[in-house]
Order: sequence, then C-alpha cells, then structure tokens
Amino acid sequence: MLVPHLNRCKSMGKAIGPWRIKMSIPNVIADIGAGSRRRSGIAAALVVLVAALFLASLGIGPVRLSPLAVVDALSGGGTDVAQVIVREIRLPRAVLALAIGAMLGLSGAALQGLLRNPLAAPSLFGAPQSAAFGAVLIIALGLADVRSYALPLAAIAAAFVSVFMLLVISGRNAGLLILILAGLALSSLAGAATALVMNLSSNPFLVLEIAFWLLGSLEDRSFHHVMLALPFIVAGAIILFSQRNAFRVLSLGEEAAQSLGVDIARLRLWVISGVALGVGGAVAVSGTIGFIGLVAPHLMRPLIGQDPARLMLPSALAGSALLLAADIAVRIIPSTSDIKVGVLTSIIGVPFFLYLIMRERRSLSSGVVA
Amino acid sequence: MTEQAFLTAQGLSVTLGGRGVLHDVSLALSTGHLVALVGPNGAGKTTLLRALAGLVASEGVVFVGGSALSALSLRERARRFAYLPQGHIVHWPLPARDIVALGRYPHGATDPARLTPRDAEAVGRAMQAADVVDLGERAVTELSGGERSRVALARVFAVEAPVILADEPTSSLDPRHQLDVMRTLRVAAYEGTLVIVVTHDLGLAARFADQVLVLSNGRLVSQGTADAALSDQVMAEVFRVSAYRAEYRHEAVIVPWDGNSG
Repeated sequence: MLVPHLNRCKSMGKAIGPWRIKMSIPNVIADIGAGSRRRSGIAAALVVLVAALFLASLGIGPVRLSPLAVVDALSGGGTDVAQVIVREIRLPRAVLALAIGAMLGLSGAALQGLLRNPLAAPSLFGAPQSAAFGAVLIIALGLADVRSYALPLAAIAAAFVSVFMLLVISGRNAGLLILILAGLALSSLAGAATALVMNLSSNPFLVLEIAFWLLGSLEDRSFHHVMLALPFIVAGAIILFSQRNAFRVLSLGEEAAQSLGVDIARLRLWVISGVALGVGGAVAVSGTIGFIGLVAPHLMRPLIGQDPARLMLPSALAGSALLLAADIAVRIIPSTSDIKVGVLTSIIGVPFFLYLIMRERRSLSSGVVA
Repeated sequence: MTEQAFLTAQGLSVTLGGRGVLHDVSLALSTGHLVALVGPNGAGKTTLLRALAGLVASEGVVFVGGSALSALSLRERARRFAYLPQGHIVHWPLPARDIVALGRYPHGATDPARLTPRDAEAVGRAMQAADVVDLGERAVTELSGGERSRVALARVFAVEAPVILADEPTSSLDPRHQLDVMRTLRVAAYEGTLVIVVTHDLGLAARFADQVLVLSNGRLVSQGTADAALSDQVMAEVFRVSAYRAEYRHEAVIVPWDGNSG
C-alpha cells in the first residue's frame, strides 16, 4: 500500500525542487523588515502628534501661552504666573488626558483582540458606567472622601464585575449581537443603579455634583488626582500590553489558539483585570469618557493593518491624541457654560459607532470575518 | 505494528455537559503513518482529537513520545500536537505569512516580524510544503477556499510537531483541492509525522490512510487497514450503507453505495 504513496512523494519533491526552498526563506525576512519599518514610522509620527497636542494643551486656555513660553515655564523659567498656570493648573489636566486617552485606546484594542470583534470597546460594554456606579455609591454613602483611594478601588471593582459579567453572559465565541446586547443591558443596569443612588440621596448639592461629574471632565484636576489614577492606569496598561501577542494567535479562534499554547482562561482574566484597573482608575478622577476605546483602533487599522497585536501601541497613542484634542476643543468652542469633554467624545463617538454598525452589517449575524 | 507506538491512549473517556461523548477509547499509533478517523455524525471524532491534544478534559491516560500528557505544560503539548480545527477560520485579514508564523508560537516566536533564523526557516519550509510561498503577502480573507486551506496546513506544518491532528481538512473543498490536501498530509506522514485526519470521505480515507479508525457512538469499533477496518459488516452496522469496492492503479477504492434500509 505504501508503494504508490512513495512514488507520489518522489514526484512532488521533484516538482518543488530545492532551489525554491533557498529562495523563499530570505524573502520572508525581507518582507517583514519593510512592513515593520513603515509601522515604526507611523508610531514615531503619532508620538510627535501627541507631544504637539500635549504642548498645545498646556498653552491653551483663558490665558494663551506660546509653545515657547510653555517650555520655558515647564523648565522653571518665565513669569511666576505662567509657571503656576502651566505647572499646577494645566499640567495635571494634560497628563490625565494623555494617560486616560492611552488607557482607553489600549482597552479598546485589547477587547477587540480578545473578542475578535471590531465593535468591542469598554464604553459599549458598560465598564465606565459600572465604574462610575461604584464611585458614586462610595460618594453617596459618605463612605469615603472624594480624594481617597477608596474611590478608584470601588470603581475598579465595579468595572471588573461588569466586564466579567459580560464575558460570562456572552460565553465562548460570542457573536457580535450577543456582545452588544449584553453590553447594552449591563450599561443600562449600571445607569439605573446610579440613578437609584442619586434618587435616594437626601443631599441635592451632592446629586448635582455627581450629575456633572458623570458627564466626564478633566477640568480643575490637580496632581493629587494624577496620583490617584496613574498607578492603576499604568498597571492596567502594562497588563494589557503584555498580552498583545496572544491576541494575534486568537485570530485563529480559541481552539486553535489553545492548541498553540495560549491559556485562554488566564488570558481572559488578565484582560478583564487590565481593563478594570485602567478604566476604573480613569473614571474615578474623570467621570465617564466614552468611545475613545472604540474610535482609536479604527483610526489605526487603515495605517497599521489588522494585526491585533500591532494595533495596541498605536491605539494607545491615538487614544492620547484624541482625548488631548477633545480636551483642547472644549476650551476653544465658544459656549455659555463649559462643555464637558465626556459629552464631546460621546457626541462624536456615537455617530461613529452607528457608521461602524452600518459598515459591519454583513458580519452582524455571524460575528466572524471569514 | 513492530515499531514503538508514539501516541497511546488508554481508557479515554470524555463527558460534555453531563453526556458521555467518548467511552473507553484505547489506541496506539506510530509516527510516519497517516491515520483516518471516520464515523457517522456525532460519533465523537472531533472530541477524540481534542482529548488526544489535551484541549478538553478527559478521563484516562494519554502518552505522547514517552511522556504522560497530563504532566506536560500547555507549551510542551503545543510543540507535540499541531491541531487544525474545522473551517480554517481567521478572524482578521492578516497576511498569509503571519498566519503561518503563528505555528512557531509554541517555540517562543511570539512576533512574526521578529523570527529567529531557525523559526524563519521552519516557516519557509512549511510554506514550501503547502505550496503557499506565493501567497505570503496576501490577506487570508482575500484567498479562495482552496488557498486558505493550504495556508491553514502551512500553519500546522510550521509547528514541526511529531503529531498533526486535522479535523475535516477537506470539507468544503472541491475534488482537486481535497486531493491536494490529502497528498500534502501524506507527504508529511511519509517524512515521519503521525498524521490523524478526521474525514467523512471514506474514499479518501481508503486511498490515503495507512490505518483507519472507526468511531461509533463514542466507541472505537474497528481499526486496521482500510479494507479490514471498513469491512462490509462495519459499513452496514456503523454507516448503514453498502459499499462498492475496487482497486484502481494499485490503490483501494471504496465508494458508499446504497443506503441500508434495515
């Protein structure tokens, strides 16, 4: 029985020929080099853009300062007034925009990678809304001062529960519809729970303060707020970024990824923890700022390609750029009272989400890009 | 079988959702063989593949290359079993070469852009063996079904595992591509790999496999060469069909013929 197979093997060997083997291997390496140079170039351009927006964020406000004056004030020169404005009023705000934007972009890219779904994002899954509920509960019950670490911890715990619930409800290999319905239900639940807390509160001033805080803003934040949020955001970002290569393997589906040595259960737990830490920490100081996590990876796909691992860093940079730009925009747009940055990102983000739904209509029923 | 078996299972049983899917399966398979795993729908073929690779919790013992499967880490298992699931699904339009390079993940190559020379060579060899060198830069989602199945095969070859487990690699392919896939797997077996293929195509099984395993209701009911394993009695009792048998160019031909009414 083996004889005919042997013949077949010999003839195939001849058809392939040893020369093609030698040709193909250097080709493989050369192609990779060109692609990675292009991606590094885009990443460098993004870094420059973020740096420029960061400087602009320090210069724009009631008192306009030139980039030169900003750099001067940052390095300890210039007038005392300029130093106070740049270093104590605007720097914390810019640092928060940078860190929170990056975290939201990274969370979106990570969730999209884990769920193999371009419509995944923390705000669509109710994570920020749940984190806000956790924080509101702490404030309303008077359990802790708004400037204590209890606030981010409660927000992180609530965000963890919501993302965990989402993955439990949607199950393995969840389709797009189930994910979005489950996310809608969870964010509605978090919203309802927050409304109940406000409803039951006997202090109208507190309710008003919570209502404004929920809109999402970076105004009047100090370095105390930065210290409150940054450790959690950095920890979450490190966790998510360290899992990036597993997302690429997940492109093949959970079964194949598992057969290649990816521990799916552990990966899910890491992603939930990373998103909860980052989003919880961010929400605790800024309120809910949505849709950066959805938009950032989408802006990067045409430039970087669809590889979920390679999208992580550019998405973080794009998230920073988006939030810095949005936070500059709310200072420039003329209005009778100040516009909250969370309102602006939602006003732009929701139509973008609708556009994505229209574009992905075909895969909505299957949830698989095949 | 004179040589030492590379993959053995003893008393392998799997229960999924309270329902016994696999009952007390024992087998011993050697490298350098192409084994066809056949059986009616729901017989437990996919579950057996997954249990052998340790992808589903099971009772019983599996030994691979002299080590107990339960004693191996996830990564060690991944280097011993290259698993090709049904459907060749890829969720993002990645270039074919990057998909193939994922086969080196168990060897520590986590980034297709930073392959060691050894990994790059393995990827080159795998793309060569599956004839996808020319598809390297194209997104897998733009490829035809036949091309995509070859890329999936290349990804499996890139693992360079001693055992390949392929779950219906020929389903939804036209006849020419079915033959291509089976021939490529046949070559891999000839070069020393143990290849286990789940298929519904008894004709392909009879023609290409050294050994055929027949599963029915979660039990291994017959095994041996195609003619012995797919006897008239097995065809009637397990598949409820009769078979047309012949020989063409020294190869066995089995064609399921009439549905068996009894």
